[in-house]
Amino acid sequence: MLIECLKLEGVETIFGYPGGVVLNIYDALYSSDIHHILVRHEQAAVHAADGFARASGKVGVALVTSGPGATNTVTGLATAYMDSIPMVVFSGQVPTGLIGNDAFQEADIVGITRPCTKHNFLVKNAAELPGIIKKAFFLARSGRPGPVLVDLPKDVVVSKAPFKYPEKITMVGYNPTYEGHLGQIKKALKAILAAERPVIYAGGGVILSKAADKLTKFAKALDIPVTMTLMGLGCFPGSHKLSLGMLGMHGTYRANLAVTESDVLIAIGSRFDDRVTGKVDEFAPGAKIIHIDIDPTSISKNVKVDIPIVGDVSAVLDQFLGLMGDVDGKERKKHLAPWHKQVKVWEGEHKMDYGQGKDEIKPQYVVEQLREITGGDCIIATEVGQNQMWAAQYFTLDKPHCWLTSGGLGTMGYGFPAAIGAQAAFPDRVVIDIAGDGSIQMNSQELATVVQYGLPVKIAILNNRFLGMVRQWQELFYGKRYSHTVMDHAPDFVKLAEAYGALGLRAEKPSDVKKVIKQALAHPGPVVMDFWVAREEGVYPMVPAGASISNMLLA
Amino acid sequence: MRHTISIIVENEFGVLARVVGLFSGRGFNIDSLSVAETLDPSVSRMTIVTHGDEQIIEQIIKQLNKLINVIKVTDFHDGEFLDREMLIVKMHATEQTKPELLRLVDIFRAKIVDVSTKSYTLELTGDEGKLRAALELLRPIGIRDMVRTGKVAMQRGVGQSNGNA
Repeated sequence: MLIECLKLEGVETIFGYPGGVVLNIYDALYSSDIHHILVRHEQAAVHAADGFARASGKVGVALVTSGPGATNTVTGLATAYMDSIPMVVFSGQVPTGLIGNDAFQEADIVGITRPCTKHNFLVKNAAELPGIIKKAFFLARSGRPGPVLVDLPKDVVVSKAPFKYPEKITMVGYNPTYEGHLGQIKKALKAILAAERPVIYAGGGVILSKAADKLTKFAKALDIPVTMTLMGLGCFPGSHKLSLGMLGMHGTYRANLAVTESDVLIAIGSRFDDRVTGKVDEFAPGAKIIHIDIDPTSISKNVKVDIPIVGDVSAVLDQFLGLMGDVDGKERKKHLAPWHKQVKVWEGEHKMDYGQGKDEIKPQYVVEQLREITGGDCIIATEVGQNQMWAAQYFTLDKPHCWLTSGGLGTMGYGFPAAIGAQAAFPDRVVIDIAGDGSIQMNSQELATVVQYGLPVKIAILNNRFLGMVRQWQELFYGKRYSHTVMDHAPDFVKLAEAYGALGLRAEKPSDVKKVIKQALAHPGPVVMDFWVAREEGVYPMVPAGASISNMLLA
Repeated sequence: MRHTISIIVENEFGVLARVVGLFSGRGFNIDSLSVAETLDPSVSRMTIVTHGDEQIIEQIIKQLNKLINVIKVTDFHDGEFLDREMLIVKMHATEQTKPELLRLVDIFRAKIVDVSTKSYTLELTGDEGKLRAALELLRPIGIRDMVRTGKVAMQRGVGQSNGNA
């Protein structure tokens, strides 16, 4: 019955790990045409479902057993919850009669995951299973998306009930607003047209709403510069002249100054995260703030908003575009010329640069070469830390759904399994995980998975034998006391890859970098690239925690 | 500022945990809480008294609305609603104190619901101010034990605050 429901929801691929109470489900999978990918740790199953969802725009699905299987999904669920990723996780549960008895492999996973899922369900009898599954998928993908967990006691899965998949479901307490309030939109448009220093601050909501094209059209028609959050990268072409790059703690000089000096800030599908705003009181102090978001709780949570518009980004941008028929492009260009000139000045004052010499490989150089050699036509996953920030800064993205990164929770070990999920969704595309030597060790067991399924994920380890981002904070704020951030004892990553049956490559000198990348891309299977990079390279610009974003350390 | 918030929820297991978990997880305060079925047994009403500045109360209401099982949230403002709590208090009763106790029972329109040789148990309903005043006068006489409910509240006039309104 579960498998039938999944098929009706259009699920073709699931990521999972079997165990005692899900034996019956696995038995049904054995003769089903659903593609199941066996991971090596349940956390990876959830991250893979998450990566699958981000890359494909569909709901990701994972299946695990009860107890430890279920508790291992918590990090993956929390990661997806923070980044609003549509996902359904099925966990096995001990039979209903044993619940609460401290039975073998029992955990109150519904209780444990309540604060890190959009919603969760314990199915108490077989008759309600189809309705709950329908609700789970609907909740996961609608409104502000998010992960949903469905807990399946063994006896419920085994027992028989008449199968009827509901056509429609209603939930009285759940009614997301899609269309924006027209009066607010008109008011916002008036403010935008009058603005002399407008900036668009676009976030992951644009991608989740599949509205990147509309945003691009909107920004171009109004000639407004666009800065993106970490989660928003790719929602506007990074190489377009209106792009300011990323903002926030490791944002570009021009983006942070433009936001600070703006008179109208248009936040679209973004949530004023502390890594974006820095010191809240000094964030865009002179700006009238317009905020478009589907989640009312995001509005005025951190920053007071002047013109809130609750609605789906895609629907609201359509409403804006519908009202913009008489906007004169030439007039706009003239009107905003001084502002663009100012942005150009900032761009000239500080360019992103790192100075690649002959001896040491600079990690930024590796990222830039990956961008150049692939032409940007690939899906990038990242781990968390310096590798993530360098990837964000130096891998210019022009398209949405090509960027898998744990933005809100900052989960080390996310990137590799997420890349597996994306590769499963798109077997023929190039999928690269930009990793650090610390992060990759958090889920390196998945090398077995990629080899087993022939998933040609390429891992680029920026290996500095440090937990680099923490080390950078220790260097700057803790008097270079590198407390437990030195990672001198790591495996030989080339041999590790080989031990699993993957290809391992190493670059020790700048002159090796291109060769290694080309060799990796030419190889039909999974590859681990171990780049020995400058050990104490830092991520800059950097806004110290709690400072205003106009207050950047530049090197 | 103190706010009394009425929350209409689906009457399902785990809903109370979701609401309470939201308050604890986000650092909001609960001063009192009461829950019971409504006229429609598939729906329950929770009344929560909380405090915080305007922005916090706005977040609390939005976050409550975001919970899937929450049907309706009403924030009661001063003067527009009735609210009541109930207090059961077991008093030391001696020959000297009994007349005073009986007088207070009369003044506060309380009821004596249990008596023993050494104690009177009083039941008293009223708004927060009335219960506070009563307790202030009862305390010097000698309270053996007391228990009080959370607040229940309802809008004045013809308006309804259930999910059908």
